[in-house]
Amino acid sequence: MLILHCPNCGIDADETELAAGGEAHLKRFGPGSGDEEFEDYLFKRENPKGVHFERWRHAAGCGKWFHAARCTTTLEVFGTYSAQTTEPPKEICDKISGKRPGWAWRLFK
Amino acid sequence: MTHRLHDHGRLVHADRPVEFTFNGKRMEGYEGDTLASALLANGQLLVGRSFKYHRPRGIVASGAEEPNALVNLGSGRRAEPNQRATTTEIFEGLEARSQNHWPSLEFDIGAINGRLSKFLPAGFYYKMFMWPRAFWKHVYEPVIRQSAGLGPAPAARDSDRYEHFNITVDVLVIGGGIAGITAATEAGGSGARVLMVEQTAHWGGRAPADRAEIDETPAADWIEDRIGALEDMDNVHLRLRTMGAGIYDHGYALAYERVTDHDPSDTAPRHRLWKIRARQIITATGAIERPLGFAGNDLPGVMLASAARDYVENYGVSPGDRMVIVTNNDDAYRTAIALYEAGVDVPVVLDARREALGELPAHVRGLGIRVETGHAVAKVKGSAKVEGVAICLQVGEGTVQEEIACDAVAMSGGWSPVVHLWSHAGGKLTWQADAAHFRPDPDAAPTGAGGEDFVAAAGSASGALDTAGALKDALAAARRAVSALGLKPSKDKPPAARAEDTDPMSPVWIMPEGAGHELRSKMWLDYQNDVKVTDVQLAAREGFESVEHTKRYTTLGMATDQGKLSNINGLAVLSDALHADIPSVGTTTFRPPYTPISMGAIAGEARGALFQPVRKTPMHDRHEAAGATWEPVGHWRRPYCYQRPGESIEDAVHRETVNARTNVGLLDASTLGKILVKGPDAGRFVDMMYTNMMSNLAVGKCRYGLMCSENGFLIDDGVVARLGDDTWLCHTTTGGADRIHGHMEEWLQTEWWDWKVYTANVTEQYAQIAVVGPKARDVLEALGGMDVSAEALPFMTWADGTLGVVQARVFRISFSGELSYEIAVPAGQGGAFWDALSSVGEAHGMMPYGTEALHILRAEKGFIMIGDETDGTVIPQDLGLNWAISKKKDDFLGKRGQERSHMTDPDRWKLVGLETLDGSVLPDGAYAVDRDLSRHANSAELKPGIEAGKNANGQIAMCGRVTSTYYSPNLKRGIAMGLVRGGPDRIGEVIEFARTDGTLIKTKIVDPVFYDKDGEKQNA
Repeated sequence: MLILHCPNCGIDADETELAAGGEAHLKRFGPGSGDEEFEDYLFKRENPKGVHFERWRHAAGCGKWFHAARCTTTLEVFGTYSAQTTEPPKEICDKISGKRPGWAWRLFK
Repeated sequence: MTHRLHDHGRLVHADRPVEFTFNGKRMEGYEGDTLASALLANGQLLVGRSFKYHRPRGIVASGAEEPNALVNLGSGRRAEPNQRATTTEIFEGLEARSQNHWPSLEFDIGAINGRLSKFLPAGFYYKMFMWPRAFWKHVYEPVIRQSAGLGPAPAARDSDRYEHFNITVDVLVIGGGIAGITAATEAGGSGARVLMVEQTAHWGGRAPADRAEIDETPAADWIEDRIGALEDMDNVHLRLRTMGAGIYDHGYALAYERVTDHDPSDTAPRHRLWKIRARQIITATGAIERPLGFAGNDLPGVMLASAARDYVENYGVSPGDRMVIVTNNDDAYRTAIALYEAGVDVPVVLDARREALGELPAHVRGLGIRVETGHAVAKVKGSAKVEGVAICLQVGEGTVQEEIACDAVAMSGGWSPVVHLWSHAGGKLTWQADAAHFRPDPDAAPTGAGGEDFVAAAGSASGALDTAGALKDALAAARRAVSALGLKPSKDKPPAARAEDTDPMSPVWIMPEGAGHELRSKMWLDYQNDVKVTDVQLAAREGFESVEHTKRYTTLGMATDQGKLSNINGLAVLSDALHADIPSVGTTTFRPPYTPISMGAIAGEARGALFQPVRKTPMHDRHEAAGATWEPVGHWRRPYCYQRPGESIEDAVHRETVNARTNVGLLDASTLGKILVKGPDAGRFVDMMYTNMMSNLAVGKCRYGLMCSENGFLIDDGVVARLGDDTWLCHTTTGGADRIHGHMEEWLQTEWWDWKVYTANVTEQYAQIAVVGPKARDVLEALGGMDVSAEALPFMTWADGTLGVVQARVFRISFSGELSYEIAVPAGQGGAFWDALSSVGEAHGMMPYGTEALHILRAEKGFIMIGDETDGTVIPQDLGLNWAISKKKDDFLGKRGQERSHMTDPDRWKLVGLETLDGSVLPDGAYAVDRDLSRHANSAELKPGIEAGKNANGQIAMCGRVTSTYYSPNLKRGIAMGLVRGGPDRIGEVIEFARTDGTLIKTKIVDPVFYDKDGEKQNA
């Protein structure tokens, strides 16, 4: 059972307090977008063995959303950060680079 | 024959006899006995029948790994099947029954399966029971159900209490043997908060029975001394009868405490589930001895060598009068010594190794016991129990050299570390060739949130099988844990034990090594599931090469075994059949729990009234007093109807429905979700949330709105009221309040976080009451206060004011098609307001109505219900709700999704009304049979090779389904709504809906609005 630090309320929350929200950093495509863009946005998801960026909600706590960077194989958590951003913070990317040299995830490296 | 030895048994109290029953027969044991030791003391060798062949089975082990002695304990409200006799402590009045036999343990009809074993090979069920198809239901299934399975499920409600317990520690030590004690001592000394759990009722594990000496004192004394010291440490908690059940992510662990199983109590809980968060976990879970594969190794009387020793040393019970020992390692010689000293005859020790020159074999030879190296058991003689063994050379095919009479056999195939807990959270294993076992790979430990190792195996669980090695290993493991916590490890030396002079074991998987099919088909690998060497070999020949496939095909290691006794032997046989080495074949996955834990412990306190919270509206007790029949809606309880004396439920529903249309009805609508959306960008936000335009709604007005997901599917509906320039109040469905509030917050926090909007779920702040019917206005006017006339408060408006003495917000909205007011008052005044309405309403024939009348009223008007007309695949356009989808807005959630080709397909099923020709009520969920072959021929569904009127599976094609169906007491006939291909274009057409018995109901497609089509009543 994972423990993730909620950057909104500062609590190290048990997984039972959290609700998983799937992949982070999706770019929304609405009316006017092509079929392929819309399909990518709505359905295509990363399923990495390793570094992953996810959305979580501190559902049974402060109720706020946040993002988590973690490894899906070792369950190591590289960091959690605000959901109100379009890309992971540099310090978390640097930390991942230190531990998983050469990592890449969608547009991020 | 098994019997009690006098002056033996360090764990039993011969002066405290305990009476119990086995299959109704009274027996006597001693306090301290397990059920297994007490049964053996009473000469009860036969304890069960095997799963498939119903072979007679005796006790094999002395601990949690026991595969055969599974019994039913207790009766009535304290009945529990499949309990291991070896881990059950006896108490006065204990009732035990054997399982899986009929009519009796001694004479079992099912044993015929054993004679038929040639015809019941691995995968038999999959091969034989496929055909003929009709046999499955009437022949195979009843027969399999009768003969398969272990104990019967209890029929009565459990009278015991269970609880959960949460704890956070620095170090969790699982296993209270000498390794666990050493580790706990080191961790405790560093100041860490330590919890040590031990599954049995005694500390120290095997060391006392193995007569270890530590720090120059007998192990039992050393253990007592160390436990005493640990008990004196405030930072250390010790718990007996508590099994480490599983290790999970990030240092989470579950432990299962059997609090009163050994001493049933009406006050204390029976089991306790410990939910543990530990920064470091040490698995000192010991090792399990492996059986040897020889013909007849499942007969009652064949036992693990360590178990035989345990029964003698711990319980003072002899496993037989004359016991042959067969081994491939030095450890089993301890059993020869223990038996000899207890006066049990040991005619021979058969050692499969070429030579045995260690100090233990030398000691045994010195006692005058015959030792035959290079020898094996060719076959165990006997049918229901051991009567002798035929011996042969280990090399070769098993030519019998000699037969030796005996009534028991002790076997040892070497030891396997208990790696289960290490593996649960992802720890990897490494193959230790010289000991022929898998042990935890210290370089591939489970990792925690920071990427650090958080589990360390200690002692024999990490492969250090000798006393001195185990103590050293445990101290090192504890030091690593202490350092990882940032604490200071001690400089103590490990407890001292003498290193024994031993010869290495020699892997032996079948005996003799050249055994032919005849012998191999009598070598059991898994006693509980009746898996033999030949079954695994057959699985390999038939292509089940993955170890996970072989497990499922043969059932090897399934049920309660979970890789304890059968694992390594089965893997070795499989790898040999595949001509691969054992590490490349690998192991099956170890999953928690280590041994089964009770359903009661998992449920804990969450049963009965505490199972889940119940949400009650402010008028709950009024409904109860009025005789409400409750309907659960989410966590809410809503009145389904209010039955009067002498009325059926159906009568009550009809009365309430008619009364709301003729007089006036009263509905508790408090459960409807109420979400306040406020802020400078609130208008922009509600325009994104709803399919229709909400930003242009005038203050004081209401509008019905639809919410969709990005997929375009309808997820909720409700009336939106504009409360002020920057404030909207969004009503949701009863079940939707939390979900829709979460949906709004998700978009606000993760997509449009720069929009200035606040939301608040104010559902429980208000009691909301609908006054519904032609006399609704009369009732409110009788109450006095604000102007509720058609002019002051027209349809789809709201106003604040006073009604009677209560501050109220009145919405002129209608979910029934009647003149209707929904009145929100502060929750705390809901009860009083309900009473006030009831009292003035009496003169107008007012009656409360429940959810079923609400449903009928809305269906008569063709109003959709989320969850009835929608199921997650329905878009508003399917429901004729195009009028509520804005064409002016550039964007809203679902707009792009609804533009996809499948959503604009003219063949989508669309909402219509349905009327049976005979006036009967359609069954809910019934499907319409597609007779319109010409339409079907043009459909995208028709692909080459599919017959017209059939779907891709060759079944009759369907063209619609019933979504809501009721008897309308106002129209006095069945009415229904449904989704039908072509929908509104087919009004007037008659189609057929199928009942479950295959008959068809002719049904006319009609407009979904059955009542007051022009809406004159609701606008009144």
